[in-house]
Amino acid sequence: MRKSFLLITCAGTLLLMAAQTKPKPVPKKVLENGKKVYDTYCLPCHQQDGSGVPNMTPGLVKTTWVTGDKKRLVELIIKGMKGVEVDGETYDNVMAAHDYLTDQEIADVTTYIRNSFGNKASLIAPAEVKAIRAKIK
Amino acid sequence: MKRIGGLLSALLLTGFTVWANDTTQVKLRRGKRIPAEVNGGITLPAGFKAVVVADTVGRARHIVTAANGDLYVMLFRLKNGKGILRLRDTNKDGVADQVTSFGNYAGTGITIKDGYLYASSNKEVFRYKLNEQQEVINPESPERIITGLIDRNTHNTKSLVLDNEGNIYVNIGAPSNACQIEDRKKGSPSPDPCPLLDSVGGVWQFKADKLNQSYPEGIRYATGIRNIMGLDWNQATNSLYAMQHGRDNLNSLFPELYNEDESAELPAEELFRINKGDDFGWPYCYFDWQQNKKVLAPEYGGDKKKEGRCADKKKPIYAFPGHWAPNALLFYTGNQFPEKYRNGAFVAFHGSWNRAPKPQAGYFVVFLPFKDGMPSGDYEIFADGFAGGFREPAKSLYRPCGLAQGPDGSLYISDDKKGRLWKVMYTNK
Ligand code: HEC
Repeated sequence: MRKSFLLITCAGTLLLMAAQTKPKPVPKKVLENGKKVYDTYCLPCHQQDGSGVPNMTPGLVKTTWVTGDKKRLVELIIKGMKGVEVDGETYDNVMAAHDYLTDQEIADVTTYIRNSFGNKASLIAPAEVKAIRAKIK
Repeated sequence: MKRIGGLLSALLLTGFTVWANDTTQVKLRRGKRIPAEVNGGITLPAGFKAVVVADTVGRARHIVTAANGDLYVMLFRLKNGKGILRLRDTNKDGVADQVTSFGNYAGTGITIKDGYLYASSNKEVFRYKLNEQQEVINPESPERIITGLIDRNTHNTKSLVLDNEGNIYVNIGAPSNACQIEDRKKGSPSPDPCPLLDSVGGVWQFKADKLNQSYPEGIRYATGIRNIMGLDWNQATNSLYAMQHGRDNLNSLFPELYNEDESAELPAEELFRINKGDDFGWPYCYFDWQQNKKVLAPEYGGDKKKEGRCADKKKPIYAFPGHWAPNALLFYTGNQFPEKYRNGAFVAFHGSWNRAPKPQAGYFVVFLPFKDGMPSGDYEIFADGFAGGFREPAKSLYRPCGLAQGPDGSLYISDDKKGRLWKVMYTNK
C-alpha cells in the first residue's frame, strides 16, 4: 500500500515537473511570420496588443482558447465563430472564417498568439494544421 | 507617498447594492478610499461642473430622466437578475441615494413619453405606466408592444424614440458590416440587391400603444442604414435625427485600395435628418468626409471616387471622422446651459476600435451647434477624459454611451465600461 502510494506520488511529481518545463523556444522566424499574419488579418478586431474590444471581440490574453487545445484553436481559425461564450462572456462581433490562410500561415499565427501578449504555450506545426484541416468538412 | 494624505481625505461612496425588486432599498457601502476627482474624472468647458450620480451600476447604456429628475438606466447585461435601474436623488445633491431595479431582460434602448417608460431588449420593446412619483406601476408585467425583431448579435441593439403623434421609432441594425455573404470575410461577395434590407438596416415605425406588433404591423420608415445607436426626435423641426455607425474594415477587406490611414479615417460617422421613405445607401455606398461625397462601396464596384448610384442616396447633414462610434444623440432643449447650446446636438462617442493599428479616437461627448434644424458650425469637444490614459477599447477607463437631459436642464452621461453616471451642470464658475 505504502509503496504504491509513494510510487504514485513520485510519478505525479515527475509529471508535474514535465508539464512545468518550458515548451521549446519558438524559432524567431516563426514568430516574425506569425506577427505578420496577425497584423494583417487579426489585429483589426483583436487589437495590437491582443486586448480585444469589450462586449464585441474577446481578448487573446491567457484565454482557454488561445493556450488550450490545439485542435480547437486551429478549427476556430479555419471555420470562424459567432455567438459562442468565451471564458464566461459573450461577444457581439463575428469571428470571420480564415480558411483562405495557408497551413503555414495558420501554424505561424497560432504559434505567435500562443507566445505573445503574456501567453506561453506549445508551438503548432504546419503538418498539424494540415491534419486538422483535412478532417473539417 | 506624500499624496496619501490627499487620498485619505477623500472618502467616497464607491458602491451600491441594488436590490432586485420594486421596493426601494439601498445599501451604501463605504468603500475604498479613492482620490478626490475633479468632475468625476472628466473634463468640461469653463463654467461647467460634473458630479458622479452613481458608480459601478453595471454596463449602463441609454438613460432617460423622468419629470421629477429620477434617472432610468438600461443595462447591457443583467445585474442581480435585473436590466433596468431607477436612481433617485432625494436630497438633491446630484448623487443618487436610492436605487431600484426591475425588468428581467438586458438591452440598450430606454425613453419616456407621455407618462410611459419604454425599454427594449435586443428583440422586443416593452412599456410601463408611470405614476405621479414617476415610478413604474407594473415592474413585473409591462405591456409588450413590439416583438420578434431580428437579433443576430452584431448590431442588435434597439434604440427608441417617440414622436408627438403616438408613434415609436426603433432602429433595427444590420447584422453585417457590408452585406457580405460571410460577414467580414475577405473575398466573400456582397449580393446585389442586399437581401438584408427587407428586415434590417433601417428605422421602423410602430404604434406606441398597440400590443405585440412585429414586422407586418411596422413601417420601414427609412432604409440603407447600417446601424444606429443614437437617435432623437427634434422638437423644433418635429422630425427624426440619427447618427449612423459607419462601416469597418476598408483596409483589411480591400488592402489593394485602402491603406491603413484611409481605413482609419473612412468612412464618416454620418448624422442623418430622416424623413419617411429616405434611403441613405448602405451597403452600396458610404460617405467620404474628406471628399465630401457619397461614394460606391468597394463591394459594389467602388474605386474610392465613383459615385454611381450613390448620387441619388440621401446625404448626411454632418459628417464626423471614421469609427468614433456615436452611441447617443440628444438635442438640448433646456434653459440651464448658455444660449448657444439651445436646440444644438450632443453626441456621445463610445470610442473606436476599427482605427487599429492607427491610434484610436473618440471616447468623448461633442457638441454640434444647430440653427433651424441644421448644423450651424463645427463640432466642439464638450466632455473628454473618459478614456483616462488610453484611448483604446479594452484599456479606456470609461466609454460614454448614453445621454439624457434632466428637468432642470442638466446633462446626464452614462458609461458602459465601469458603469459610472455623471450629471453635468452649468455653474458659471
Ligand atoms: C472580424 C473580426 C475578427 C477577426 C478579423 C478575427 N477575429 Fe478572432 N474573434 C472575433 C470574435 C468576435 C470572436 C468571438 C466569437 C464568439 O464568441 O463566438 C473571436 C474569437 C477568437 C478566439 C477565441 C476566443 C479568445 O479570445 O481566445 C481566438 C483564439 C481568435 N479569435 C483568434 C483570431 C486570430 C488568430 C485571428 C486572425 C487570423 C482572428 N481571430 C481574426 C473577431 C475576429
